[in-house]
Amino acid sequence: MPSHEHAVSCQNVTVRFVTEERAVTALEDVSFTVPAGGFLTLLGPSGCGKSTLLRVVADLITPSSGTVEVLGKTAEQARLDRSLGFVFQDAALLPWRTALENVALPLEVGGGLKPSSRFTSPRDLLALVGLSAWEQAYPHQLSGGMRQRVAIARALLGGPRLLLMDEPFGALDEMTRDRLNEELRRIWAETGTSILFVTHSVYEAAYLGEQVLVLSPNPGRVVRQVTVDLPRERSLALRDTPHFVEIAAELRAMLGRVTS
Amino acid sequence: MSQSHHALGPVPANPASNTLSADEVAFARARQKARLRRRIMPVLGVASVLLLWAALVYWLKVPPFIAPSPQMVAVTLWEKSGLLWTNLLPTMIESIAGFLLGNLAAVVIATVFVHKKTLEEAFFPVVVVINTIPVVAKAPILVLLLGNGMEPKIAIAALICFFPTLVNMVRGLESVNPQAMELMRVLSASKREVFFKLRLPHSLPYLFSALKIAASTAVIGAIVGEWIGSTLGIGALIIQATYAFDSALLYATVIVGSCFSMSFFLLISLIERLVLRQTSLAHS
Repeated sequence: MPSHEHAVSCQNVTVRFVTEERAVTALEDVSFTVPAGGFLTLLGPSGCGKSTLLRVVADLITPSSGTVEVLGKTAEQARLDRSLGFVFQDAALLPWRTALENVALPLEVGGGLKPSSRFTSPRDLLALVGLSAWEQAYPHQLSGGMRQRVAIARALLGGPRLLLMDEPFGALDEMTRDRLNEELRRIWAETGTSILFVTHSVYEAAYLGEQVLVLSPNPGRVVRQVTVDLPRERSLALRDTPHFVEIAAELRAMLGRVTS
Repeated sequence: MSQSHHALGPVPANPASNTLSADEVAFARARQKARLRRRIMPVLGVASVLLLWAALVYWLKVPPFIAPSPQMVAVTLWEKSGLLWTNLLPTMIESIAGFLLGNLAAVVIATVFVHKKTLEEAFFPVVVVINTIPVVAKAPILVLLLGNGMEPKIAIAALICFFPTLVNMVRGLESVNPQAMELMRVLSASKREVFFKLRLPHSLPYLFSALKIAASTAVIGAIVGEWIGSTLGIGALIIQATYAFDSALLYATVIVGSCFSMSFFLLISLIERLVLRQTSLAHS
């Protein structure tokens, strides 16, 4: 079990980009935490800096000010320790590699896995995401949903303590998205990995997250961190219950106040 | 092909069954016919042009020192095959050597440019300027610098290959998916790993489209090089035949040169198909 109580802890994070024309503040004074083993969704309209925030946690962007602690370490150390998995908006699979070879990529770069790692078998991970029959398929032979599953399997290789997901299901049709949402909850429960998940869908945010961090745009600020009062075992039918509808309405009201 | 497909309705669903339905037979027959047609049409096209050429030379009584008849060219190809072969060999060596040299240099320099942006900023304009000098103008300069042997021809062939490959290769190495680059960073991949696992395989389709251009231009480069003070080679033979008003030999030489250029192009296309099929990039 992790010795630290937070998977992610951001304090007063501000990110400014300087372009040739002007300086843009993407995030301003953002503070939040993800408990170890938790599932936090980042919800906000486009332009609120959700993806930027995810990249700050992944050490892909250095914040202008503020502190970021990931798994009790600096973001950079956490990245170098290979304790992060990242799932991108487009699956970012390498088209010249089969599904299995794509999942195995982390074994071949950056010094491979640490000997203590969990989930070292690409084959088992493809089975976990339900793609055992597609090991030898190339990305162009897979559907959008399958490609994202491969990307999730790749991100899980080595058993990362924290999974960062940047609107991974945003480009999928609703039915595929629903199914993958359900599966992601299952994977989260089975692996015990902490997840930070970016979305602009109120339903996705409420259904997936144990907690939802609502962000406002221009510049990105925290509106509120809400704890989702839903059972741990969640089925898609849950979304039709009055309680879920109430939570979704509440989140939407928060977003409505910041966007109008 | 897709048209005949639609016209015939659904594709037979069970090819394993022994008895073919009428639909299946009709489909197979139509496909065979379409395939035959695709092969025959170009042959007919070439034949009709040859016929027109022969007819024009015959009716207009074109003297042989102006233009030969196709039969004369065919006879020359046969009778002077020894002479043509002796002259093709140096051109082949020059263009293949130039092709290898020019493309290798382009790939190496593209790799350097991608890793050292400053060098790209400083030297890419230089390359562009050199590329704007026409080959016919570059050739004499190189002949003066490198003498009268094969070296200046190889250099010209190499130079002519170099630019398209450099441009395509830089683009191929740089245009990788930015999210894949971020993934490599999350995985703490080294620059070398990013290059070999991501950039290089991504650049292969770009490289091959440049190599196909280079295959034909390398031959042009070698021939142009031979125009200037050379006694052997397709280029030299073209000049000699022109000055001797030997139009049949001139045409035969041109045909031999273009046959070689075409085979070189086909060889590269074949290698491309083998390499890219293996990496399944052809479809993506």
